[in-house]
Amino acid sequence: MNFSLLVYAAPHSRQAAETAYRFAVAALAQGHGIHRVFFYGDGVHNGSALASPPQDECDLPARWQALAKEHELDLVVCIAAAVRRGVLDANEARRYEKPGHNLREGFELSGLGQLAEAAIHSDRLITFGA
Amino acid sequence: MSHSKTFLIISRRPPYGSSHARDALDTALTTAVFEQPVAMLFQGDGVLQLLKGQEPAAVRQKNLGATLSALPMYDIENLYACADALAQRGLTQDDLILPVQPLDRAGIAALIRNHDVVLNF
Repeated sequence: MNFSLLVYAAPHSRQAAETAYRFAVAALAQGHGIHRVFFYGDGVHNGSALASPPQDECDLPARWQALAKEHELDLVVCIAAAVRRGVLDANEARRYEKPGHNLREGFELSGLGQLAEAAIHSDRLITFGA
Repeated sequence: MSHSKTFLIISRRPPYGSSHARDALDTALTTAVFEQPVAMLFQGDGVLQLLKGQEPAAVRQKNLGATLSALPMYDIENLYACADALAQRGLTQDDLILPVQPLDRAGIAALIRNHDVVLNF
């Protein structure tokens, strides 16, 4: 089956962020496909390159990045939600004249249309943390 | 977009306590722009989004009611509300900025069953 995931929860604030990741790992292990993971609302913080949790806690952004690399996942962060919350790529940092950018490698900023497209082209769209 | 699915956006949160209501609306509008049939269901405190006379400027928020009023212009005309949620809050159609179809529990179950994609906010 081909899944897409909508992640609405930030790491550390909500268990749902971790649950989404664990679902993705389990689905891939059973031979299912992940069409796209779309990060929306506070979920955009999953795409931060600057999150620095203590070593004995899960570094979810790093895990997503590694999983995406291994399975060529499409990790899309909602651009409107992200720039509001200070998750910027180099382009947006330039556009808004900010001193730095922090979108993690392996993630990309794009519009809500990517969520609609994911829903249309996946067998199931599953929301985590709304 | 080659094929089409029917979308149901369920909005369960009050208009200004969190970003959920705004995000549900933005998702509905974007999906409609992609020419997918979209319906919205307001449940729980989500029915408060429909209230007339919202003045969110006092808490430095944009008026969600203005965006809601635009839904029919985006061909989002199938708007539903949980009848229990309206009754529990003492609301009738006269209190609302848009006409919505009240549904009982069985009606809500049928609505969810009849849509391909259900998104909860």
